[in-house]
Amino acid sequence: MASRPAGPVERVALTPEAAELVRALTVKHGPLMFHQSGGCCDGSSPMCYGRGEFRTGDADVLLGELAVDGVAEPVPFWMSASQFAYWSHTHLTVDVVEGRGGGFSLEAPEGVRFLIRSRLLEE
Amino acid sequence: MSRYAAPGTEGALMAYQTRYDHWIGGSYVAPKQGGYFENPTPVTGQPFTEIARGTADDVERAIDAAHDAAPGWGRTPPAERAQVLNAVAQRMEEHLEALAVAESWENGKPVRETLAADIPLAIDHFRYFAGVIRAQEGSLSQLDEDTVAYHFHEPLGVVGQIIPWNFPILMAVWKLAPALAAGNAVVLKPAEQTPASVHYWMSLIADLLPPGVVNIVNGFGAEAGKPLASNPRVAKVAFTGETTTGRLIMQYASENLKPVTLELGGKSPNIFFEDVSDDGDDFYDKALEGFTMFALNQGEVCTCPSRALIQRTHYRSFLDAGIARTEAIVQGHPLDTGTMVGAQASNDQLEKILSYLDIGRQEGARVLTGGARAELGGELEGGYYVRPTILEGGNQMRVFQEEIFGPVVSVTGFTDFDDAMTIANDTLYGLGAGVWTRNGTLAYRAGRAIQAGRVWTNCFHAYPAHAAFGGYKQSGIGRETHKMMLEHYQQTKNLLVSYSPKKLGLF
Repeated sequence: MASRPAGPVERVALTPEAAELVRALTVKHGPLMFHQSGGCCDGSSPMCYGRGEFRTGDADVLLGELAVDGVAEPVPFWMSASQFAYWSHTHLTVDVVEGRGGGFSLEAPEGVRFLIRSRLLEE
Repeated sequence: MSRYAAPGTEGALMAYQTRYDHWIGGSYVAPKQGGYFENPTPVTGQPFTEIARGTADDVERAIDAAHDAAPGWGRTPPAERAQVLNAVAQRMEEHLEALAVAESWENGKPVRETLAADIPLAIDHFRYFAGVIRAQEGSLSQLDEDTVAYHFHEPLGVVGQIIPWNFPILMAVWKLAPALAAGNAVVLKPAEQTPASVHYWMSLIADLLPPGVVNIVNGFGAEAGKPLASNPRVAKVAFTGETTTGRLIMQYASENLKPVTLELGGKSPNIFFEDVSDDGDDFYDKALEGFTMFALNQGEVCTCPSRALIQRTHYRSFLDAGIARTEAIVQGHPLDTGTMVGAQASNDQLEKILSYLDIGRQEGARVLTGGARAELGGELEGGYYVRPTILEGGNQMRVFQEEIFGPVVSVTGFTDFDDAMTIANDTLYGLGAGVWTRNGTLAYRAGRAIQAGRVWTNCFHAYPAHAAFGGYKQSGIGRETHKMMLEHYQQTKNLLVSYSPKKLGLF
């Protein structure tokens, strides 16, 4: 099983606008998941898929499970372990902006795009 | 400086249609579900055409057309296929300026780059693969006096290609030229951010290709990309983009036991050894241009030299000269021939870059120049412009580890060769790198020590056909822009032939 970073510290959160979009996408597509991308083009942004569409494994870490009002199950947020090694000192907030496309992420057809805003984690 | 008229306005070299459907089987086909989406130009943020919103039904139809065309195209003699590719190149050359304007309007990049790089490189790419397919030979192995193994190259059949938005025409051509040369039929999905310019290209060359050999299905990744990438009737998928989608495409390919080629980006180090500053000559000037290459194509290049490593002994003087060169960049209307940096390709791209400038500052990176959105006013007010930015910090910062895909370079110093190599290789990626020195031995040793598929040595951002391009580490699988890409689009057929009349004697 994939590991989860130790400690009770919150590593990832949603803005109210992103939570609203998660609610809308859940109605349309069912339970959701996030996997943080790296690399070019639409990289460095979170990808949103139907739960289980993207296979996670030992190479991934679960950063958090995002509770959203009105959504039955929390939404897991994953990242590859190798990428987490470079990101672990920052807290991530999933936001949403107007946009056009992004890999196979589910929100793109709605004319919006999930985006990560970051801050330093306090020790 | 002069400015090309915007597409579709008075005096313009080209006009976009008001709508593009899917190009399937040699004609335009409306989307089964009837949906369209607006396509804005990053220059002003205003829509200029609408695009069919493809779904699985449209993808299936395109794959049908490709399967109808593939056997005939695959049997066409290599000389004839080469002639078609050369004719495509010739037609593009005749319309070079119009294609350059179309691409600039679509992507936001400066027309001087599309005139000098994107379109000429695309033209040459077709000519290169027209040449290599004629020169490619199978092989034979003489196993004994009467037994011979013949190796033939055969096309895969129908392949799927998913194209990125940073060089919409050139990246399409990087994938189309080897696939077509090898005798495959293609279903291509352009990026939803930049779907139109490949249709303008097709309008110029459609009469040269047999129907169904190239099919274009537009749409979003989740709706059109997935049905293409996961389709069991597609023999291979080629993708340029990012790591999570790359993994997802490999996952689909594993379900169908199909091969993939992937180009997934990088965080390319650009290393300036101290002897660069030994003289203020042409070479020094060239190295400063090499430093400033981070701003080429607004930084939206998988091999953007987005980490500059400068030896401590000349750190301050070289960096000061680099800042001056960066501040001399002309940013403005992409259709002005004097503009060096244009618009980012989309609003979400702009927002992502700004979010990185934010976390960079929080982590303690110093902004040496730029560091904000560029407000250019007038008709460019709604466009997506970022000031070329130099950050100074350390390699553990996220702005040194992640592809910002904007005109942003993160600068740090190094003490000696080993330190430079350690920093250069401390990254998840390995697509490109730059090495600058007057010492040939040092250049060679650095080039071999850096874990990247392409090490530009005393140059950067050159993309000629016949030099292999592809990634180490998490930057992908496969090598483009070289004849070795042909084999990524071919099967090997072995005929093992006995010319002996004698039985083995086992039965």
